[in-house]
Amino acid sequence: MKFSVTVTLKKNVLDPQGKVVENTLKNLGMLNLKSIRQGKFFEIEIEEENIDIAKKKVNEMCNKLLVNLIIEDYKIDIVK
Amino acid sequence: MKSSVIVFPGSNCDRDIAVALQKMQFKNKMIWHKETSLPKSDLIVIPGGFSYGDYLRSGAIAGKSLIIDEVIKAANSGCLILGICNGFQILTETGMLKGTLLRNKNLKFINRNVNIRVMNNETRFTSKYKLNQVLNLNIAHNEGNYYTDSNHLDQLKKDNLIAFKYSDSSGNTDDKFNPNGAIENIAGIFNDKKNILGMMPHPERMVDELISNSDGINLFSSLLD
Repeated sequence: MKFSVTVTLKKNVLDPQGKVVENTLKNLGMLNLKSIRQGKFFEIEIEEENIDIAKKKVNEMCNKLLVNLIIEDYKIDIVK
Repeated sequence: MKSSVIVFPGSNCDRDIAVALQKMQFKNKMIWHKETSLPKSDLIVIPGGFSYGDYLRSGAIAGKSLIIDEVIKAANSGCLILGICNGFQILTETGMLKGTLLRNKNLKFINRNVNIRVMNNETRFTSKYKLNQVLNLNIAHNEGNYYTDSNHLDQLKKDNLIAFKYSDSSGNTDDKFNPNGAIENIAGIFNDKKNILGMMPHPERMVDELISNSDGINLFSSLLD
């Protein structure tokens, strides 16, 4: 099964990279741009057909390594 | 006093800390991260550098190394642990120290000498310094912006677990003397048992007047006591 994991900084954590990207886009004339937060994206493929077991495994990966839970939130989506 | 320095692929301050420890008469051993046992050590140092090229997050991959289980065991039995720069980042990734180190607020790699103020001198790492003494140490990092939640920040203050704060040469810890955006100018912290110190500045670079200054020496001589 394939999953995608999106990791974003928690709302109260400063995102200086996102801020710079936001300011640059504004300088490029994107005047109605409200805000940008930068994050990470993982594509994960695992050999498991049971969706619940597979999702549990991906969740474990997030907690053990992919995500720093102090500063980041994550969202798991099933690709297929 | 026996010390061990853990070496990861991408560590680059391991030789500097080894030279500093030997100069201070520690009997030091270098330990490769794939080892699964540690020699008997009074002090374990996680050195600075860019372990695993800072992939994923600084210190994240090194924090899952085989040897880390042994470091955690040693720490739990009271061994002194010192993490410098990337070593501090690795300690937070393992959970041995709480909080994390974010990208510098100005998004720039900062390599310069800064002043830090000793906030607690009643510990195994800082007893040879005076309280509020100002040290001039080198920092060289891209992710040194210490961050933690408000509960832990309260605990750091209440239990006197802040080791060093960025300051000016008179010890003022205003935000304008904060090089990287770290919460409350924090440059280094202890765990609650005060046997683990993580710090962004490099004391091992300040042990020789010929090439820098000697402000780092008392950290090592404190450990020898």
